[in-house]
Amino acid sequence: MSMEIIGTYAVAILLLIGSGFVAVGVIGLLKFNDSMTRLHAPTKVGTVGIGALLLASIGHSFLLGDSSMHELLIMGFLFVTAPISANFIAKVNIHLGACETPPPPPRDKTWSTLDVAVEDTQS
Amino acid sequence: MTRAYQWLLPHPFLTLLLAVVWTLLQNDVSAGMVVFGIILGIIIPRMTSIWWPDTPKGFRLGKMMSYSLIVMWDILVANIQVAWIVISVPNAKLKPAWIVVPLDLVQPEAITMLAGTITLTPGTVSADLSSGGHSLLVHVLHTDEPDAVLDEIKTRYERRLKEIFQ
Repeated sequence: MSMEIIGTYAVAILLLIGSGFVAVGVIGLLKFNDSMTRLHAPTKVGTVGIGALLLASIGHSFLLGDSSMHELLIMGFLFVTAPISANFIAKVNIHLGACETPPPPPRDKTWSTLDVAVEDTQS
Repeated sequence: MTRAYQWLLPHPFLTLLLAVVWTLLQNDVSAGMVVFGIILGIIIPRMTSIWWPDTPKGFRLGKMMSYSLIVMWDILVANIQVAWIVISVPNAKLKPAWIVVPLDLVQPEAITMLAGTITLTPGTVSADLSSGGHSLLVHVLHTDEPDAVLDEIKTRYERRLKEIFQ
């Protein structure tokens, strides 16, 4: 078996794994019924899903003899930004009371999202 | 000498990172582009240094590398676990929970990294920081014993981050 065939199979398997994880993320998004648990499925299962798809892309461009490294950057930026969006969605959920109220923190007064000045709440 | 060094390179790791990102963006390693990346890496931190008043003092690159490897492995393993939970656990049996993580870390960079790590490892999302920055609020998708998850976060990630940022 030549390198080319092995590479093609590797790319195909990576594509399958990636799309599998993305599909599971979508299923989770549709299946769970509370906005906080719903947040879990796409933010994370998506990272490995897209990671595998990008690996497949790197492998494919190597097979064509035209190496590409942009995918590594995409992965890096994705891993840096994914927690931020998840954090913001979680904050909105806490604000709207769309989930159980979290337990109070042990050392400080309250959570920073719930720490709203009185004049802001009355408007 | 050290002052000149500090003036030129207020954030050596940022310089390195910018040079690497620039070279990757070119998609082609050539000497000219690497040099240009290093120039950018010197100019940009210099111009933005007003917004970065406190450089983290000690930062161990070697420990950081091993930490990223551990986190990547955990992301892989935990992704499979979460995928299994998504497929197999019915909504009624799901046990989500809030966990409060008391923080020993003080540097904002370290806390940001811990929060990011918690969110990236599936099954947990860091949701909020307490108003004084002493604890982290974490949401867990499905757990029977929240204390075990708390213990894992403390020993597996926070202890290592404390060694990285000293």
